[in-house]
Amino acid sequence: MLLDLLIILIKSAVALAFISLTAMFLVWMERKVSAHFQMRYGPMRVGWHGSLQLGADALKLLMKEDIIPKLVDRWVFIAAPVVVFVAAFLAYLVIPFSPVLYVKDLNIGLLYVFGVSSLTALSIMMAGWSSNNKYALLGGFRSVAQIISYEIPILISVLPVIMLSGSFSLIGITEAQRAFPYILIQPVAFFIYLIAATAEVNRTPFDLPEAESELVAGYNVEYSGMKFVMFFFAEYVNMFTVCALATILFLGGWQGPILPPFVWFLIKTYVLLFVLMWWRWTFPRLRIDQMMSFCWKLLLPLALANLLVTGLVMVLIK
Amino acid sequence: MVDFVIFFTVGVLFVIGAFVASWLIAPHKPSAAKLSTYECGEEPVGGSWIQFNPRYYLFALAFVIFDVEILFLAPTLLVMRSFGFVAFIEIFIFLFILILGLSYIWRKGALEWM
Repeated sequence: MLLDLLIILIKSAVALAFISLTAMFLVWMERKVSAHFQMRYGPMRVGWHGSLQLGADALKLLMKEDIIPKLVDRWVFIAAPVVVFVAAFLAYLVIPFSPVLYVKDLNIGLLYVFGVSSLTALSIMMAGWSSNNKYALLGGFRSVAQIISYEIPILISVLPVIMLSGSFSLIGITEAQRAFPYILIQPVAFFIYLIAATAEVNRTPFDLPEAESELVAGYNVEYSGMKFVMFFFAEYVNMFTVCALATILFLGGWQGPILPPFVWFLIKTYVLLFVLMWWRWTFPRLRIDQMMSFCWKLLLPLALANLLVTGLVMVLIK
Repeated sequence: MVDFVIFFTVGVLFVIGAFVASWLIAPHKPSAAKLSTYECGEEPVGGSWIQFNPRYYLFALAFVIFDVEILFLAPTLLVMRSFGFVAFIEIFIFLFILILGLSYIWRKGALEWM
């Protein structure tokens, strides 16, 4: 019993270390990819091609003064970064990186991941409201409206996968794709998922909540020091989570020839992450009415139609 | 459950540890200007806890309906393979009512942003 607890504790610590390193690597990757899209080099000075830049930045942010403005709702203001990070971290309880590399296999894994990641909306509302700042409040409203709206197409696009695999467990879903990845029979669902996931993690072209030119930085404008780091950190962790989920649900997870499973999982996920970074420099930002009508009037009916057609075809084939 | 609690605790402790570490290292020199609300250098005018656009409320309502719908739908989908046609008809009736609702709020203009 005690040994089991110890094993879970070690696995949790490893998951924490993994996502910390991943988040740091992603920030560096984003800076490099963005730079090369604009014919620049990006960070070059600290370490080989700036690879140690993030370590330097982390140290710098650790030593920054943490300002809590006078008018904020103090405890909610402090709790928001804790909630945002924990919400991002909790998803890694069930995400399987290889047949053996996972913390725990829950039989409701998929519902669990969506459940805990929707806590992000709560933390953003907490941050936006408690800051007592107009930019933060408007950014918070927009962000929450966007996150909850795009949650619907995401969930509905995932339902056909449940139907096909007959499982909520992420390991079960991966193993159901032994013969072929679901992207081959569910391309529509995959693209709906990817687009809605981009909106879910507040990335361009859906980055209205932090529109620099009008809202300064959105809901985290009053945060500084370590609290700001947590928001930043959670953003990249969430980005990795949605891409890892897309890999598991549509691209067959860890499965692939020759290379070890863990490597396959990372390759697939990083290709998707690169696509997300690519989009940032390809599409202009949408207006809020365009964004909302795109979600409710195009993605949602399309996802519902996809679900019904998949069900019909399954029944007919049977 | 115990596993979840351990995992959760590790996450919370990490954040609190990071806060404490930064609190120990970082300087603390508050001043009146630093502690005021940030508004791009202007003096803040009025509070920020204001009335907001009711649009957000309508979208939140629609979200709740669809989110609950998906939860109800999920168990049916899980047994789709073994139940076959019966399950499909059930899903179809359920979704049909919801699509009626969606087209109603669409017609009523609740999905317009103005």
